[in-house]
Amino acid sequence: MRPRTPPPTAPAADPAPVPAGAGPATPAVAVPVTNGPGGTGPVPSGADLATAPTVAKKRILEVKELSVEYAGVAPAQAVDKVSFGLSEGEFMAIVGESGCGKSTLLFAIAHLLSSPAEVTGGTVVFNGQNMVAMTDKQLRAVRWRGMSVVMQSAMNALNPVMSIETQFSDAMKAHGEKNPNYIRARSEEVLVLVGIDVVHLKSYPHQLSGGMRQRAMIAMALLFSPELILMDEPTSALDVVAQRSLMVQVKQLQRELGFAIIFVTHDMSLVAHFSDRVVVMYAGQIVEARPTRPLFASPLHPYTRGLLEAFPSAYGPRAPLEGIPGSPPDLTKLPVGCNFQPRCAKAFSRCASTSPDLYELDGAVVRCLLYSGAGDGLPEPDGGTGRDVQAGRA
Amino acid sequence: MATTTLPSGQVSGIRSYWARFRGGAVWGLLRAIVSNRKATAGVVILAIFCFLAAFPGLIAHDNPQAEIYNPGLAPSAAHWLGTNAYGQDLFAQLIYSTRQSLFLAVAAGALATLLSVIVGVTSAYMGGFTDDFLSLITDIFLVIPAFPLIVVIAAYSKNGGDTILIAVLVVTGWSYGARQLRVQALSLRNRDFLVAAKLRGERRWRVIVSEILPTMTSLIVAIFLGTTLYAIVAAAGLQFIGLGNPNTLSWGTMLYWAQNNEALQSGSPLWAIMPGICIALLGAAFALLNYAFDEVSNPALRPVRRRRR
Amino acid sequence: MRYVTRRLGFFIVTLWACLTINFVLPRLMPGNPAEAMMARYKGRINGSALKALEIAFGVNSSQSSVHQYFTYLGDMLTGHFGTSLTFFPDPVSQVVFAALPWTLGLVGLTTVLAFAAGTIVGIVAGWRRGSALDSVMPPIFVIISAFPYFFLALMALLLFSVTLGWFPQGFGYSNTDTAGWSWHFIGDVLSHAFLPAMVILITSIGGWVLTMRNNMISTLSEDYVRMARAKGLSPLRIMFAYAGRNAVLPNLTGFAMSLGFVVSGAILVEYVFSYPGVGYMLLQAVENEDFALMQTLFLFITVCVLTAVLLMDFATILLDPRTRTQA
Repeated sequence: MRPRTPPPTAPAADPAPVPAGAGPATPAVAVPVTNGPGGTGPVPSGADLATAPTVAKKRILEVKELSVEYAGVAPAQAVDKVSFGLSEGEFMAIVGESGCGKSTLLFAIAHLLSSPAEVTGGTVVFNGQNMVAMTDKQLRAVRWRGMSVVMQSAMNALNPVMSIETQFSDAMKAHGEKNPNYIRARSEEVLVLVGIDVVHLKSYPHQLSGGMRQRAMIAMALLFSPELILMDEPTSALDVVAQRSLMVQVKQLQRELGFAIIFVTHDMSLVAHFSDRVVVMYAGQIVEARPTRPLFASPLHPYTRGLLEAFPSAYGPRAPLEGIPGSPPDLTKLPVGCNFQPRCAKAFSRCASTSPDLYELDGAVVRCLLYSGAGDGLPEPDGGTGRDVQAGRA
Repeated sequence: MATTTLPSGQVSGIRSYWARFRGGAVWGLLRAIVSNRKATAGVVILAIFCFLAAFPGLIAHDNPQAEIYNPGLAPSAAHWLGTNAYGQDLFAQLIYSTRQSLFLAVAAGALATLLSVIVGVTSAYMGGFTDDFLSLITDIFLVIPAFPLIVVIAAYSKNGGDTILIAVLVVTGWSYGARQLRVQALSLRNRDFLVAAKLRGERRWRVIVSEILPTMTSLIVAIFLGTTLYAIVAAAGLQFIGLGNPNTLSWGTMLYWAQNNEALQSGSPLWAIMPGICIALLGAAFALLNYAFDEVSNPALRPVRRRRR
Repeated sequence: MRYVTRRLGFFIVTLWACLTINFVLPRLMPGNPAEAMMARYKGRINGSALKALEIAFGVNSSQSSVHQYFTYLGDMLTGHFGTSLTFFPDPVSQVVFAALPWTLGLVGLTTVLAFAAGTIVGIVAGWRRGSALDSVMPPIFVIISAFPYFFLALMALLLFSVTLGWFPQGFGYSNTDTAGWSWHFIGDVLSHAFLPAMVILITSIGGWVLTMRNNMISTLSEDYVRMARAKGLSPLRIMFAYAGRNAVLPNLTGFAMSLGFVVSGAILVEYVFSYPGVGYMLLQAVENEDFALMQTLFLFITVCVLTAVLLMDFATILLDPRTRTQA
């Protein structure tokens, strides 16, 4: 993994490869980090969600006990005390069914929720600053320079009445860039990066094809070469072929520019091919989090297993597709005990009464009573709150 | 209360429509009315006017048309609002006028809604040339300034009575609703349940009546409320300038006679003020209901309270 | 530019429809009101004027309806609107053109002002959802917009002119004045116009504020607004360039539709204030059964509204690039 290219203040992110070791003052060369692109390389055993890797990869994001509530007659806990960390250049996927809170979590990280959704607790520390406590003005400075966003449908996410060029320059002007020549040059540069002809700077969103719009949005996210790009199902509006080529390109850009990605999706095949690490969410909670390979090789949580069984494997043995029976619970009326227990094939008596905690297990965390006794010295499930943080700090 | 404002009477013989509406929706509607202050206010005002329209004699004991008192009396215990220049009791006039004003507005509103349902839904459902043609007519009626047209029509048929007045209000008031209904019906046209109904071989009008209309209930109600509001204001305006039948009793004609006798300048301003307030109140009732209805059917518009931290 | 062609085409078709309504109405009415009126006027006006009326209403005519129709269309397009009975023997066109500037000045200006102010207030109210401004304002505007314009006009007249005597009681300017470009005359005109202008402004602004606020609220939940926030844009930029500009688009079409409503109200306001515009004149024409004047006024009002609609269409083209490239 090449270290990150220039800090956000640098005039341009040079797409050319930077020699290893020229990055931040960490002995990157000395460490056998081979967390290769495409998730094809061997995954270092320590690079799990719970433990900060012993290697000197900078932690850029630390989410702790983040909770989001949808206000209403019956308030819904859309994100429930979620904790995880993210290192630079990492590709983390958040998966789950629709309505499990994954997109809400993503926008909570960026502090982009709007009423009636509201962050009710926890912290999001990005580069040492807690975004939850920031004023709007402070947030504005961090946005786009440090952390940018790619949304599900560019048709809706790009302003329909402004040309691509104006929308690009808007972002740059908002962060103090005044030189029109530079703005123009940088806009062309990022457009070329994603493989769009520069003539399309003058185009309006409705004049571009779906794939081009999506690329243009990714190009916009790259304007300041941020350290982190949040992607909310960026390919779900595209056909399978366009999906594939877009993802390959994103991965390629990540390799060249070194940004980290949090990628929300329900498409397990994309997760399998492109991510380094997976967070599985159910009913607003993390139910399993670990590196991609072992997760796909041997899913721990029954829900994860169900997700994996719900999509066909191209290489594995032919097996009948099995989905998960039932549908996600109503967040205003969560079941007693384990949230997943009503749909779970492996549920046993205790599941109906005890809510499981996150248990640590072989570099993974999993929220299932099946593993409550597995970890050595782990407290009993009802052993108190704040367990998530402890897992994060272990 | 608000259920009486549903255009059920015009869409005759639609049992399933009613049945569906009754099933649970009435409760939801009642709850919505009670929990929305704007709706409550609108319903209460409307209920009072409906009562006055039905039983004016219970409230006002004078004969509203009898010119038996001294003209221009100031308000007193015997004549709460005084008398007008003809020696008629103003309070009795005001109360007895409710019926005519309310009837005109609701009748015109209901008929205009019916016309807009017919044109809008037909337009969307038939498609092709019919759609193009009806849409063009709708758009034309939409931009032709209605009131001057009403004035011109009413002028040609001077003293034609309430029938003409209602007809004129309907002709000029249907287009807005027709356009909205067409848009919504278009979005429904290719929904699965309609395709299924077509495949079952049901007749066109049956599909329209039993499948399309029930799903558009809320929009139809909203259009009825809006059109009635328009009819209240337009009818009052027409009567005010003397294009209604000046011998009937309504708030608009009261204003007409008040204006003719220069009531404002000659010391009996209540003659003009009170009917105006009643028109405004009736209008406000429908406007409030309409707005509340918007809020109920579009939750995004509901008032929010900011959280204090 | 298909959009432009289509809008121009609509302008022409609507104008034609309006002319046809004018032609058909008197012939459609039971008892032919025109004939009755002509009988009354016989002997009081000269032969050529009577002849013109006969052609306009198809009375005593041996010509076929189709022929009459085309003669009529030709007359209208060449500006031959006939003779006014109210202001006999002035031609209708002259009478109308004398009244038009008053209405354009009063109704035109206040409408544009109400639309502009209402749009901006609506944008701010929608943006600051739940603020004091936003929670107090909508109910007030809902109720005000239900007030008949003429009633508010009557009340304003009663309060500010009759009782307080702050403003003159109607008409466009004082009788004692000579019309001309003197400061005194302009001030006089403004003081006469103030009350009717305020009445139109107050009653029409509410509608714009409410629809704009509601559009704004829908627009604020759009992804591109969230995206604009994610980009770290300033609140003002998001409010106007991203949310406001998109929220105003449906309102431009709405403007076209509501304009008729405003014009209707304005007619009655002019009537209450005896303001010498086309609205007051229209009602005078009705009273005097001056059908030629009445028809022409209706035609002119329609043309004004249609022109405003067309201007809004052009504004839409400027603000919404999507209309430029496709139909």
